[in-house]
Amino acid sequence: MTMLQVKNLEIAFKTPDGIVRAVNNLSYTLEKGQTLGIVGESGAGKSQSAFAILGLLAHNAQVKGSIQFDGQEIIGQSETALNKIRANKIGIIFQDPMTSLNPYMKISDQMTEVLELHKGMSQKDALQESIRMLDAVRIPEAANRVTMYPHEFSGGMRQRVMIAMSLLCKPSLLIADEPTTALDVTVQAQIMQLLKDLQEEFHMAIILITHDLGIVAGSCDKTLVMYGGRLMEYGKTRELFNTPTHPYTKGLMSAIPRLDQHTEELTTIPGNPPNLLRLPDGCPFCERCKVAEDRCVSQLPAVEVFASDRERACHKSVEEVA
Amino acid sequence: MLNFIIRRVAVAIPTVLILILISFVLMHSAPGGPFTNERNLPEAVMKNIEAKYDLDKPAWQQFFIYLGNVAQGDFGPSFRYRDYTVNELIATSFPRSAYIGLWSFFFVVVIGISVGIWAALRQNKWQDYTVMTAAMTGVVFPNFVLAPLLVLIFAVELRWLPGGGWEGGQIEYIIMPIIAMATSYIAQVARITRGSMIETMHSPFIRTARAKGLPWRKIILKHALKPALIPVVSYLGPAFVGIITGSVIVDQVFSTGGIGQHFVNGAINRDYSLILGVTILVGVLTIIFNAIVDILYTYLDPRVRY
Repeated sequence: MTMLQVKNLEIAFKTPDGIVRAVNNLSYTLEKGQTLGIVGESGAGKSQSAFAILGLLAHNAQVKGSIQFDGQEIIGQSETALNKIRANKIGIIFQDPMTSLNPYMKISDQMTEVLELHKGMSQKDALQESIRMLDAVRIPEAANRVTMYPHEFSGGMRQRVMIAMSLLCKPSLLIADEPTTALDVTVQAQIMQLLKDLQEEFHMAIILITHDLGIVAGSCDKTLVMYGGRLMEYGKTRELFNTPTHPYTKGLMSAIPRLDQHTEELTTIPGNPPNLLRLPDGCPFCERCKVAEDRCVSQLPAVEVFASDRERACHKSVEEVA
Repeated sequence: MLNFIIRRVAVAIPTVLILILISFVLMHSAPGGPFTNERNLPEAVMKNIEAKYDLDKPAWQQFFIYLGNVAQGDFGPSFRYRDYTVNELIATSFPRSAYIGLWSFFFVVVIGISVGIWAALRQNKWQDYTVMTAAMTGVVFPNFVLAPLLVLIFAVELRWLPGGGWEGGQIEYIIMPIIAMATSYIAQVARITRGSMIETMHSPFIRTARAKGLPWRKIILKHALKPALIPVVSYLGPAFVGIITGSVIVDQVFSTGGIGQHFVNGAINRDYSLILGVTILVGVLTIIFNAIVDILYTYLDPRVRY
């Protein structure tokens, strides 16, 4: 069953320097209980496309297109209507657990306010439920630690608190915006495992935003590769990793260092991401693409469905890229 | 906390001693003395007077005699106001300044903070621009212009308020001093509050609060207010001392008889004991209120511990 349908999403920011086109013509769907990985470099529009789902974009954002969640249109909704969905139906975890928690408030106050607001719980019940949720994200001695302040927790523990907070109302969709980027590698693995376990326990769908292909391969049903605010390639994770059909995806795959090959230098995709103030007329990736031709520069490739559940946006045929 | 207070007092004592020493040296190295007049007094008279005030002794002896008296709470006789001690002068003038000052401070806090927050929440809209233009005007408008202007308008032209005096601090006598005193502070507090509120509203944890579905009012009151007020408190601590110890301008223009006049008159008249007395008063108050600000930090920011 389709839970989230994003259609022709466009996000632009009006700035003194001009209009920044962060997300362009992005469409995808997400089924109940599934995990979608959104991959791309910094500035690819991953986070902004996710913030749009909760109406959390900055005030200078202009949004077009449609985002339907459980059949309800999100774009253009009033703050009051959005507030009923936020945290209640859709939870979100942010990248940096150091700054995403309010340093001036106790964890207990930050957690109970969510339950009091959405579930109408009494403070006492809300506190009990918060402690139970901290237990669920495996914070030791949750009952004692709940009255502490964020700075009294380590980075990994803070992200657990953040996760617990976002799951309080048992949302059916969890957006995880680079949940492990700010954490060290061993803690990353623990957090990813925790998210997987909680997903099963609460039957949630997850949108996992990351630039770490390893994390995507290990935990996502489907993968969406973004570049310059556009969809480059989309498909089942396994298929996409086995047979990438877009030059950008191929470039990303070859940039993963391999343990079974001895190399002195790491492979990179030469060049830099495009300036979102002045996107090229054609494919945003054309400047860095190894197989680009004239029409790639002048003409925007359309998103085509070329197999069941697989999409790509490239002028070259699948065979030519492979 | 007790530990912290003890530590602060321990640091405060040498600070005050250094303050007294520097003021003492500065006062005594300024040319002339309290009894230098255009027409010189006969030498015998001068000698008598100097002996009465210990001025015939070497400076270092005077200093220690003075310290000894201060330690007993005695700031000595005024050199200029013949029949008064410095204690008496402070006791009559300081309460007046403090009375005007406390009211001024009340308006500074209430108006300054609420206007600052109001403007911050309408950032870059016409309301924000209007308020901030007014605040900038308030900051740059010196009170030696504002005070006479108030007298001119409300006392001379409109005849609504008396032009000066004290009369036991009746309301019509303190309205203009309060306005003259508070205006620039209100403007300054509004500007600081606005800046810090805008910065806070852009922090990631405010985005988290929005993602929780909290209504604006709750986001501002529960999540943003406390962090936004920290820079305001830092400013208000020392500002409070400045406000309750009055202002030369306000005391002169409105003849309130506040303590502010003694700062300038004391220095001009070489009234050694008076100027040292008010310096110590301001110094000690500054130390106390900075300590209070530091204690307030621990309530505002849980990461601050002493």
